[in-house]
Amino acid sequence: MMMRTGRRPCRSMLYMPGNNPGMMQHVPAFGADSVLLDLEDAVAEREKDAARRLVAHFVREVDFGSVVVTVRVNGADTPWFERDLEEVVPSGLAAVRIPKCHSPEDVKRADAVIGRIERERDMPEGGVRIHAMLETAHGIERAFEIARASERVEALTLGGQDLTADMGVQKTRDGVELFYARGRVVMAAKAAGLAAFDTVWTDIEDTEGLKNEARLAAQMGFTGKAAIHPSQIDAIHEAWRPDPRELRRAVRVVGAAERAEREGRGVISVDGRMVDAPIVVRAFALIQLGRLYGMDVITESDVIAESKEAGL
Amino acid sequence: MLLKTAQAGTLESSDCLVVVSPADSHSLEYSGQNAAIFKRRTERIVAEIAKRCAPQGAAVQVQDRGALEATLRARVETAFERASKQEQQMSMRGGQ
Repeated sequence: MMMRTGRRPCRSMLYMPGNNPGMMQHVPAFGADSVLLDLEDAVAEREKDAARRLVAHFVREVDFGSVVVTVRVNGADTPWFERDLEEVVPSGLAAVRIPKCHSPEDVKRADAVIGRIERERDMPEGGVRIHAMLETAHGIERAFEIARASERVEALTLGGQDLTADMGVQKTRDGVELFYARGRVVMAAKAAGLAAFDTVWTDIEDTEGLKNEARLAAQMGFTGKAAIHPSQIDAIHEAWRPDPRELRRAVRVVGAAERAEREGRGVISVDGRMVDAPIVVRAFALIQLGRLYGMDVITESDVIAESKEAGL
Repeated sequence: MLLKTAQAGTLESSDCLVVVSPADSHSLEYSGQNAAIFKRRTERIVAEIAKRCAPQGAAVQVQDRGALEATLRARVETAFERASKQEQQMSMRGGQ
C-alpha cells in the first residue's frame, strides 16, 4: 500500500528518542525510509516538555532529506496528549502516531484536535496524517473501525510489546502469539486502503530472528516494520526487496499481458503456465514495488515507449 | 515573568545545558569547546528568546556540547518556560 505522504518507500520506521538531539541529528545518515521521533515511552515524565519542544524545532528546522518524518505522541489518556499535538502538528511533519488506540473514538479525538490546530494555524486541513497504533486486545478487535474513523488515518501499526502484555502472554521468538493480531491488522488496513506497519524486534543482537520476523511481516502484507536500532534497517529492507527471479517473471507476465491486449487475445501463458488476471495484477504490483525500492526494472512497454520516443 | 531558577538540556554530546534565573537585567554566560565560533549565534538566539519570555531580565548560562541551532532554541525556550511556572502548575500538568 502506498503512503499518501508521497511515492516514497516506508519499509523501515526507525524509532528515535525525542529528547536525544545527538541521535536525531544523524537520522539522514542511518538509511531508514522513515523516522519515528518518540515522545512516549522513550521520554521520562519530567522531560516530556523538553522533548516535545526539541522535536518540534527539529522537524521544523533540520533537513531530514528523503526520510519520512513521523512523531509518536503520548496517548489520549495522558496529560501530555494535547500539548504534544499543539507543538508538533504545526512543525510540518508527515504524520503523528497515536499510541494505544482502543476504539474509533481515540482516533476521532486526535482528528478533532489536529483539525483545530490546522485551522488556527491556517494550515491545509487534513494535511497531517494519523498512524493509529493498535496495542490492546480491544484495539485489535476494532481495527477496521479504527482504520475508518477518520480520513486522516493513513496507517495501522501493531504494538506487539503492549499487546502481549495485555493478552497476558509472553512475546516469543517465533511470534506465534501475534499471528492473529498481525493478520487482523493487515486485513483491516487493506480493506480500508491503508498502510500497515509491523511491531519492533527488540533483540538487537538477534539478526536472524529479525530477518525471519521481517520476512513474515512482508509476506503477510505489511508495508514496513518498526526498528529500534539503525543496525536493524538493512535486514528490514532486505525482507521487503522483491526476489530478482520473481521480478523477472513479473516482467515477463506483464509483457505477455500487454502483448495479448494489443493482439486482442484473452488467454496467455508464461513459462508454460496459464496466466489469469490476478497473476497479472500481482506481477504489476511487484514491478511497482521493485521500482519504488530503487531496483532496475525494464518492461516491454518501457522498451516500446523508448523506441517510439527515439523515432525507431 | 521568571519565578525561579530552572534548567533544560544535558551535557551529552550534541546537546547543551541551559540554566535560567530571574534577574533585573539580561546576562549570558556561554561556555563550550567551540564557544568562540558559536558565540554570536548563541547571543542572538538567547537575546531573542529572553526578550520574548522575560523582558524584565534574566541570567542565562549555556554550556554547549555542540548543539545545533534547533537544539539550542529548544533548550533555551524550555528553560525559560520551566522558570516561569510555579511548582503547583507543574504537578497538575503531569510533570511539565
